Amino acid sequence: MTGVSTATAEQSAPTAAPVRFWDRQRRLGVGLVLIGLVATILFGALAAAETARFTLSEDAEGAALSINGQLGAILFGVVALAAGGLLLAGLLRAYQTLVLSLGILAFVLSFLCWQVAGKFLPLVDTASGTLELAVPLILGALAGVLGERSGVVNVAIEGQFLMGAFGAALVGTMATSVWAGVISAAVGGVLIAAILAVLAIRYLVDQVVVGIVLNLLALGVTGFLYERLMQPDAQAYNQPPKMPEWRIPGLADIPVVGPVLFHTNGLVWLALILVFVVHFGLTRTRWGLRTRAVGEHPTAADTVGVRVRGLRYLNVLLGGVIAGAGGAYFTLVATGSFNKNMTSGAGFIALAALIFGRWTPFGALGAALFFGFAQKLATYLSAVGSPVPSQFLNMLPYLATIVAVAGLVGRVRAPAADGQPYIKS
Amino acid sequence: MTTDGPVGAPQKEADETAAETAPAEKPEERGEDSFLSHFLQNLWAANTVTVTVLSVVLALVIGAVLIIVSDPAVLKTFEYLTARPSDALTASWDLVSTAYGDLFKGAIVDPATVTAWANGTGGWRPVFAPISETLTYAAPLVFTGLSVALAFRGGLFNIGGQGQAVVGTITAAMAGFLLPLPPVIHLIAALLAGLLGGALWGFVPGILKARTGAHEVIVTIMLNYTANLFLSWLILQKGIQQPGRSDAISKTVDSSAQLPSFGGEVRANLGIILAVLATAGVAWLLNRSAFGFELRAVGHNPAASRTAGISVARTYTMLMVVAGGLAGLGGATQVLGTAHALTTQVAGNIGFDGLLVALLGRNRPWGTLLAAILFGALRAGGNRMQSFSGISLELVTVLQALIVIFIAAPALVKATFHLRAARSARLGASMAKGW
Repeated sequence: MTGVSTATAEQSAPTAAPVRFWDRQRRLGVGLVLIGLVATILFGALAAAETARFTLSEDAEGAALSINGQLGAILFGVVALAAGGLLLAGLLRAYQTLVLSLGILAFVLSFLCWQVAGKFLPLVDTASGTLELAVPLILGALAGVLGERSGVVNVAIEGQFLMGAFGAALVGTMATSVWAGVISAAVGGVLIAAILAVLAIRYLVDQVVVGIVLNLLALGVTGFLYERLMQPDAQAYNQPPKMPEWRIPGLADIPVVGPVLFHTNGLVWLALILVFVVHFGLTRTRWGLRTRAVGEHPTAADTVGVRVRGLRYLNVLLGGVIAGAGGAYFTLVATGSFNKNMTSGAGFIALAALIFGRWTPFGALGAALFFGFAQKLATYLSAVGSPVPSQFLNMLPYLATIVAVAGLVGRVRAPAADGQPYIKS
Repeated sequence: MTTDGPVGAPQKEADETAAETAPAEKPEERGEDSFLSHFLQNLWAANTVTVTVLSVVLALVIGAVLIIVSDPAVLKTFEYLTARPSDALTASWDLVSTAYGDLFKGAIVDPATVTAWANGTGGWRPVFAPISETLTYAAPLVFTGLSVALAFRGGLFNIGGQGQAVVGTITAAMAGFLLPLPPVIHLIAALLAGLLGGALWGFVPGILKARTGAHEVIVTIMLNYTANLFLSWLILQKGIQQPGRSDAISKTVDSSAQLPSFGGEVRANLGIILAVLATAGVAWLLNRSAFGFELRAVGHNPAASRTAGISVARTYTMLMVVAGGLAGLGGATQVLGTAHALTTQVAGNIGFDGLLVALLGRNRPWGTLLAAILFGALRAGGNRMQSFSGISLELVTVLQALIVIFIAAPALVKATFHLRAARSARLGASMAKGW
């Protein structure tokens, strides 16, 4: 509920002409006031009047931001309430997005104060965990951006993850090299992407159908080979080396941001760099212009000489490379070995991030970080024995996406020709 | 090939009807216009039946390749293929024929049990055990398959069968162990609970589609995982979790709410009979009822239907409610028929399998029933293949996915086997419309 509003804020801003009294801003305001009330009253009442420590390190030690849990919960709840009130009153229209983000941030902080009261939350650990959990989501969503902006729906991200994870584990172990693992992960992703591309573009099969079936195919193939090869002889096939963590001297010493961004593994950097690259490519290059043209109006693009199918093939395959590399995260970073169905729906969270992020690279990045944070928070809460069930936090990505597509707070819209095969007439 | 058993009978029928209509087609070069030549001619055309059978064959061939390349012992014989090719070929043949033999024995009938019965050394139950397994696995798939097929016909793509089935298992099981009711009524109540649970989960994407235009594919995908997470939370709550257990398993459904089975090795239960009834019901709904007419009209052309006075929004909502209810019944059949208790994996993969089943059944009710039985047979045979030949059950998932890929891309099969173009093939009915 909460996060939707941030991601959907900019697009509808120009349409805020006061035709109706209950326009978007006022409806957002109502929502924000409601969650502000929840924060102030419920979180405030439930929070223990003990110190909540947000340590600036990876554990309980060192400098920390401290606040009385109850006080913090009420204080931030009131901030959210105030932000909601501003929106509801129709004030600060020019800064709508900012006010909204502030309100949601305050709500999250209020929630944290309640949960952390009497305990501590290591900020560095939380931030780097969020980023790491977001890495496959970012890569998966970018794969989706490439395919869908050129008009090919990619529901097979899950399958590409699985093949990537499997390829990374298998080849990584046999070659005892992380990088061989990453490359074969990309190859695994491309395999699925190639089938998707041929069936969707050449044989005009419904792309959602192909995607779902390919997920099952990947699940079956990796599961089958896992039981036949990896389970009997894990040492030979399923012990890939872990991805090393790199540290950039100097930059890594910046408090909080340093260890999160500059003392981490290569996949994190790859994901972040790719966000910029894809954004730049889509908006500033000839390839990007053509991709968007093909995704919005293939006939027009074809008329001016763009090779529609060729471009779609290229984009889907590139997406396969990226999603496959995202799959490597599961075996080379997260766990260190392959397991049956180990991605367990991450591909669909990536799909959610893509949709929630409005089919744009930076939107996808924001959504992936938000979902990653929800996941990280879920594990933290179940670790400290919070009464809030982790399952409900894990539902957040899915529910947020439903709210976004239903347009309850501003509609997200797919590229016009997304999912429609192009038949040259 | 062994697994086409269930679809074998109707296949002949269809071939014959195809042959009868053949004279309408232009007679091809060969002079003799005999019935047989027409029959053969149509046999090798890209009609529904031929493509289905060839898809299964192709899938089994690819499956065989997978079996061979994942067996180190057999792979060794390939190292000296040029020196002694017979070794590699024999080893591969043995491996694959044993595996697929077990697939057949586990799904249709094991000849050994028949001779034992004939000799009086064994009872009748082992003879029918494989068929019963097939039907047991098929029953929930019929429901989820019908759910997807019905929605398809109305122009909606219900990817949410999985979530609806999960919610169906939850509500059915809860009615099964929480309500104190007398035998028959309890079972009916539990089934109804499953139906309502699924219908509720289908209502959400339906109403969102009707009111806001939110694409049902996105909404249902998201609801699938929401349902799973909800189940994994619910199962650990007091009053739901089996007392004395720390793992995720619920109380057992009261025996009064369990679907009665034949007992012993014959596990098949009332579920498959309900499934057949449901198929007949959906066929009636689709082809004979006013609602069915409306939904088909909307499926063909929503704009024209709106002009003709059909409320598209209402049809979408109702359609998703009915589809959700069917999937919910599938979940109920699963939990009341075989699982008897909720676990996080209680619904297995029946929702997604239902999607494949509907595609394989060409979105027609009786076709879906047959496809579900084929999938049930693969699953039942896969179990035996796993325990007897040591071939992972996952191979069945691969086979199912491959079959549907070939079905969905008939042009691929047509090109592979150089099939003739069929006249009125229902193939290539691609629904591509994106989101």
